[in-house]
Amino acid sequence: MDDGGELLSLLATALAASTPLVYAAVGETLTERAGVINLSAEGSMMLSAMVGFAAALTTGSVLAGFAAAAATGALVALVVAIGGIHLRRSQIAIGFVLAMLCADLSSVLGGPFVRVPGPTVPAMSIPVLRDVPILGPLFFRSDPLVYASYLLVACAWVFLYRTRAGLLVRAVGEQPAAAHARGAHVTRVRTAATLVGGALVGIGGAAYSLDFKAGWSHRHTAGYGWIALAIVIFGGFDPVRAALGACLFGVLSSMASLGQSALPSVPAQVFSVAPFALMIVVLALTSSGLLERLGALLPDAARRPLLRAFDATPPAALGKPYPAAADGAEARPRGADQGTK
Amino acid sequence: MRIEIERVAKRFGPVNANDDVSLTIQAGAVHGLLGENGAGKSTLLRILGGLLRPDAGRLRFDGRPVALDSPADALAAGVGVLHQEPLDFPPLTVLESFLVARPRAARAGGGARALLPGRGRAAGVFLPRRAAREELLALAARFGFSVDPDEQVARLTLGERQQLELLRLLSLGARALLLDEPTTGISGAQQEALFSALRRLKQDGKAIVLVSHKLSDVEALCDRVTVLRQGKVAGEAEMPAGAARLVALMFGKALALPERLPTAGDGVALALEDVGFGDHRLDLRLARLAVRRGEVIGLAGLEGSGQRLLLRACAGLLRVRRGRVAIGGADLTGRPYPAFLRAGAGYLPADRRREGLIAGLSIEEHVALRAPRPGVFLRPREIRRAAERAIEALRIHGRPETPVEALSGGNQQRAQLALLPGDLALLLLEQPTRGLDIASARWVWEQLLARCRAGTALLFASSELDELMRYSDRILVFSGGRVSPPVSVADLTLDRLGRMIGGELDEPAPAPAEPAAPARSDP
Ligand SMILES: Nc1ncnc2c1ncn2[C@@H]1O[C@H](COP(=O)(O)OP(=O)(O)OP(=O)(O)O)[C@@H](O)[C@H]1O
Ligand SMILES: [Mg+2]
Repeated sequence: MDDGGELLSLLATALAASTPLVYAAVGETLTERAGVINLSAEGSMMLSAMVGFAAALTTGSVLAGFAAAAATGALVALVVAIGGIHLRRSQIAIGFVLAMLCADLSSVLGGPFVRVPGPTVPAMSIPVLRDVPILGPLFFRSDPLVYASYLLVACAWVFLYRTRAGLLVRAVGEQPAAAHARGAHVTRVRTAATLVGGALVGIGGAAYSLDFKAGWSHRHTAGYGWIALAIVIFGGFDPVRAALGACLFGVLSSMASLGQSALPSVPAQVFSVAPFALMIVVLALTSSGLLERLGALLPDAARRPLLRAFDATPPAALGKPYPAAADGAEARPRGADQGTK
Repeated sequence: MRIEIERVAKRFGPVNANDDVSLTIQAGAVHGLLGENGAGKSTLLRILGGLLRPDAGRLRFDGRPVALDSPADALAAGVGVLHQEPLDFPPLTVLESFLVARPRAARAGGGARALLPGRGRAAGVFLPRRAAREELLALAARFGFSVDPDEQVARLTLGERQQLELLRLLSLGARALLLDEPTTGISGAQQEALFSALRRLKQDGKAIVLVSHKLSDVEALCDRVTVLRQGKVAGEAEMPAGAARLVALMFGKALALPERLPTAGDGVALALEDVGFGDHRLDLRLARLAVRRGEVIGLAGLEGSGQRLLLRACAGLLRVRRGRVAIGGADLTGRPYPAFLRAGAGYLPADRRREGLIAGLSIEEHVALRAPRPGVFLRPREIRRAAERAIEALRIHGRPETPVEALSGGNQQRAQLALLPGDLALLLLEQPTRGLDIASARWVWEQLLARCRAGTALLFASSELDELMRYSDRILVFSGGRVSPPVSVADLTLDRLGRMIGGELDEPAPAPAEPAAPARSDP
């Protein structure tokens, strides 16, 4: 193969490596857009990867594996939803504990499945499209799971920016009190976004254990959950940018393994942290007011898309319970949610 | 729509926010709701808007008893509330904010049945952007508001955000509009636009409730007023009722204006030499300003014209781009905030809840934070005594352990004043009486003038022309990216001040001024 082909196959592997991250990061983005931090992604992904693999192995159906993984992710998210949304406890604390708990649980429950060969997602290249030069080998010669992830990113974007429900999710993440005053059910919207986001994190786990690195071993997905959480932030809480971030991460980390042989003088870690260093630079630039100043020079029509494309402000109500945790039993805060219950 | 409120009561812990309130709001009329800070006006509106459930009492809309379990119920019944603090979504665009939680069946100018939330699910998963844009623009045109659907809400002025909210409520088919202090913090022109819109709506037969601390608003607009005092109805009056009668109903006594004797003394408290300051939008220059001890300088202009920047530059919170800043003779240019504090500068921001006070902490804890030498440990008894002293001295309605966010607006302002050190050289205030009732506003000015008599120089920004004219010795006008030279109030009329704010800074004034230079002054 010539150089171009090698590069292409490298990139294609990188994209495959990023698929679990795409699912998890898009799911977490949805959750966080609604103002909920589900910090359990690391443990949730690991547990779902194990459950998904086990389910696929015992039933012989990959689909059943994904369903089980999604259910596992949603179940973990349900704990976050009950504790962090309904009981208004600290979402950070709950998520953190869950992250560790689920990781350990996956080791305990997953013992019998370690290094057992099992089913994987069958490869399937898409007829006509696979022959398109460059794009074909890059995007259309993998498997249905990868294609579904393209669809997911597009759907998530359309959902957030083009549907009523998506607007409600964003509104609830920014100003829950205002959304409530307009008749929205803040708790319900947040719960739904958390469960769906959790299910996607779960699918991300199964994408790892049934596709990317099929099988199960002790702490099989270690690190991926945290990386997904980081990508959500660096992706500016936008599904498309999160997916791009996941791909960038995939590319740079597959270069890390390649870099070992090609550039032995550069330590492999440089490549694995490079995406984050890059993202920090971007974040620093976008939040320095530089863009604002640049935007001020441009006409409205150019300013708005520019600011929107680089906007990385977290949702204003991210991680804040609504209505704010009542310390005194009596005095409920202004804007107390009367509709819950 | 006719709204009947029957014996409504609402308690917050020990506070009777609404106590046996009964009143009737007629369709096709503007009903004023007056009362001092903490009288329970917002509470009543929140009950009518479905945000709070009353502990007792009943509501009837058009004669039919209603139970409002949520804001959605109130909207469905045709009640729209413009809340005291804007309840919208700063990061969204105007159009998106207009569309949030918008029921599918809503139609422009819709009648009684326009709203059936939760029904008609089949229609519209997607945002009806185009239709909503047309509807919004048409409505805006009808009321003479100018609206840019693609602008970010965060970039709008308070007045524009209110207009948007008003349009949204109307588009939902609201037949009763309850407005909580809609004229606080908006420009004169915006107020005009709002009032003419309200007059039209009244003619359309809507019931309108107006909460305001400004008697001029009430006199201009209301047909009838109800006065609340400590949660109870203190009285009702047909308009015109006369300002004196309303004040007496509100406070139980007539009020005297604080005496404004000249307090400016000798010695320069603040000196600005050829300063340049600004942010990413504005770049302002002020050639020279020398403020004497005890002098009061008013900063006039539409909000966001740079007054806040000047105050923050003098407070040491914003570095000047050029020129010199000196307080009490000490050059502080480029020095850090603590140096300004030591030189005796005090700053009271407009946004009490976000900048001035720390939500979640009690009055006592604020006192403890301020203590000059706290050491490592808090001394509870000492702090408590200091807090009690402050509460008594400034007559704050609250207890040392009351969290600041549970105080009403007026009392938050008092708490902020209580936290200022006693002997300041320079006091910088942003909208010192925003949201305060008349009595509290006067009381605040008494306190401020007492400080002036003791030699503190005062710089304050305000959007109330009356306040500027009454209390300032000299006024700086901010307009169109420029600052006027200081003008003595003796040379000003309300009318001329209004025109200067509107942009006529260069009008030949008795004080010598260079027409071309952005700013120049003669103390
Ligand atoms: N959520 C709450 N928790 C505790 N106390 C509250 C709450 N909301 C209001 N209060 C108290 O109820 C009383 C009435 O408050 P309300 O906000 O209705 O006054 P207001 O007439 O609107 O005053 P202002 O003119 O300052 O806006 C005040 O004493 C206030 O401290
Ligand atoms: Mg109020």
